[in-house]
Amino acid sequence: MSQDPVAALRAEVRHWMETHLVGRFLPLKHRGHAGDGDALPELRKEWERELAAGRWTCPGWPEAWGGRGLSVAEQVAFQEEYARAGGPGRLGHIGEGLVGPTLLAFGTEDQQRRFLPGIRAGTDFWCQGYSEPSAGSDLASLSTRARLDAATGDWVVHGQKVWTSLAHLSDWIFVLARCEEGSVGRKGLIFLLMRLDQPGVEIQPIRQIGGGTEFNAVFFDGARAKARDVVGQPGEGWSIGMALLGFERGISTLGQQMAFAQELDLVCEIARETGADRSPVIRQRIARAWVGLRAMRYLAMRVLAEGTDAEARIEALGYKYHWSNWHRDLGRLAMDVMGPVATIEDADPRRDRLRQLFLFSRADTIYGGTNEIQLNILAEQGLGMPREPRGTGGR
Amino acid sequence: MSLVLSEDQVMIRDEAARLFAEMADSARIREVLSHDLGHDAQLWARVAGDLGWCSLTVPEQSRGLGLGAVETVILMEAAGRRLAPVPLWSTAAFAVALLAHVSTPEACETWLPRIAAGETIAAVAAPGISDASGLMGIAAETENEGYRLSGRVGPLIDAPVADLLLVIARMGTGRALFALRPGQGVEVRRVRSLDGTRSYGELDLSHVPAMARIDRGDLSEDDWTKVVATAQLALAAEEVGAARGAMDVTLAYIADRVQFGRTIASFQAIKHRCARLEIDLAEARAMVYGAAANAVSASPQERLLEALGARALATDLAFRAAEEAIQLHGGVGFTWEYDPHLYFKRAQASAMLLGRQDEHLSTIADIVLRAGVGS
Repeated sequence: MSQDPVAALRAEVRHWMETHLVGRFLPLKHRGHAGDGDALPELRKEWERELAAGRWTCPGWPEAWGGRGLSVAEQVAFQEEYARAGGPGRLGHIGEGLVGPTLLAFGTEDQQRRFLPGIRAGTDFWCQGYSEPSAGSDLASLSTRARLDAATGDWVVHGQKVWTSLAHLSDWIFVLARCEEGSVGRKGLIFLLMRLDQPGVEIQPIRQIGGGTEFNAVFFDGARAKARDVVGQPGEGWSIGMALLGFERGISTLGQQMAFAQELDLVCEIARETGADRSPVIRQRIARAWVGLRAMRYLAMRVLAEGTDAEARIEALGYKYHWSNWHRDLGRLAMDVMGPVATIEDADPRRDRLRQLFLFSRADTIYGGTNEIQLNILAEQGLGMPREPRGTGGR
Repeated sequence: MSLVLSEDQVMIRDEAARLFAEMADSARIREVLSHDLGHDAQLWARVAGDLGWCSLTVPEQSRGLGLGAVETVILMEAAGRRLAPVPLWSTAAFAVALLAHVSTPEACETWLPRIAAGETIAAVAAPGISDASGLMGIAAETENEGYRLSGRVGPLIDAPVADLLLVIARMGTGRALFALRPGQGVEVRRVRSLDGTRSYGELDLSHVPAMARIDRGDLSEDDWTKVVATAQLALAAEEVGAARGAMDVTLAYIADRVQFGRTIASFQAIKHRCARLEIDLAEARAMVYGAAANAVSASPQERLLEALGARALATDLAFRAAEEAIQLHGGVGFTWEYDPHLYFKRAQASAMLLGRQDEHLSTIADIVLRAGVGS
């Protein structure tokens, strides 16, 4: 087995995590994931630099940009081992998984030179400026404006973005904005890279149902993007913005599943403690959770496999619906298993983790495409059923 | 472990899909129904005889192809999609696994080459194999240089057309396997089922001679577990195929049916229900194919766990796809003339084979709560 490069990588990651997620970094174990994303920010930024020093940031990037050029299977192995070791939520995720690949595919040489090293080094953090108060599921109806300042060549931005995760901890934001006056829908948009620390940008935290504030509203009032910080051509923003969403390919979801397995193990452990494991109904729910998780693993492996066919493409369309609803159900099961103390805020970190799961998993079926939008997409793109009619104000 | 089909596997899949679409279309199934046979001898001759599909998992030394679980689930899914009225699951999946894993070399030598050549149809009596209550099941005791078999068997699929009956019985603290020949001291009575796409029979148990017992003496629980896992997984694949078939029929109908000046497929209420089914289909199919690919390296317990998981998903799915087929067809979905009822009846009949879903889930819970979630 030692000849197997994936197995060798697993062993290397495991050893590195065992020797580095210790000492001052120990409090980060299992922290900073969805629902807890604003935990221990300064220490997590240091952790990103620690990862960078070990060459564990951007391992899927080409070696020329400081990556390891890992294959999909190797990246999956890395994500799984990272999660298995209790590695904290990655502040660098947006830069590494979304901005980097987008710039490698569509960025200018100048953009690659200026932005990739900071992401790789774990020193520059990014956030995503897509959703707006009036443009949620219907993202293409966004109205943030970018006007060209003829004197400087800068783009001057007015408008508001919302649900911007970790904006308050980030240095840069990528923004989809309308650059052609009077344009509607997917046409006339621009993809801008903007520094957050500048006049005309205001970040306001939004408190979530779990009490934390990992996302924000970001207001633009005359903030600027340099001409050289436009990705693609002005007017092409939609295609860049959508390509960016395609880069993730779900590699991190196998790491996510490792965390799901830990959560389900925790539910089983608590069920044994409270005696809930003796209830036939609870047992059936635990069994269903196990089956759903195992099927999710095989689904992800099929979707990620190279040379995928039509079946796998349809499976990919349903994957987000599957995992998000599974996770939401687990949140409720966790509460039921804990019993009456479930809603009491005590100091037990295990129960606190499951309470956060209960609350935050409500977001899983909303962000990144709601359940309802996922079903539309699957029916239309997967099953070839007729498209939803558009209102008169749309496209 | 690869979850991508090899070129050979893709060929088997495409060939099976083509053949069943051609030879097990709705008109042909209705002909089988009208003769009340539950069995299509012509299709079986093609599948088992000409094409040799029963030889897929028969070991090479018994003149089979020695292929594995993935090839089996490919075939079963394709057969299930058209409700093909052939004893493929009983013969090619369940009986072959029983013979290959728990039988004596002599029994293998006798039966496997005949099955591989399509000359023998086998049915398996395994009541109570997943039944914790012990109400179902067959018991064997020694009696007069032979054995006495007793207990409740229940309806037995494919028995009326079988020339070989394999009976799994409890014996002391273990299990025993018997090979019986219909007509030679054992009688099979045909019974009518709601599900007209299979033949069902009942069996009278009695004294059997010593030579009917064909299990090897040194079997462990793991050997039996492997067989059960193989049979459960193949059945799950067939159920996934049946769900796909019910959806094929439904999607075609709603794309044509016009009400309020638009096809009913354009209504979001209907789109979302179809999309939900498709997501659940993807889940069940991934579980089936994942478990099949994992079968070579997994422990017997893990194989059982995954096969039962596949069954739990596929059983639900096949029933839901069938009931949605009736509902989304509207009034005609309730008629004999349209196909949804065939899928509906098959789904309920299959759901009761090799244990109920709640029993499968209960077994899964036992293992997961004891051994952990695993990853």
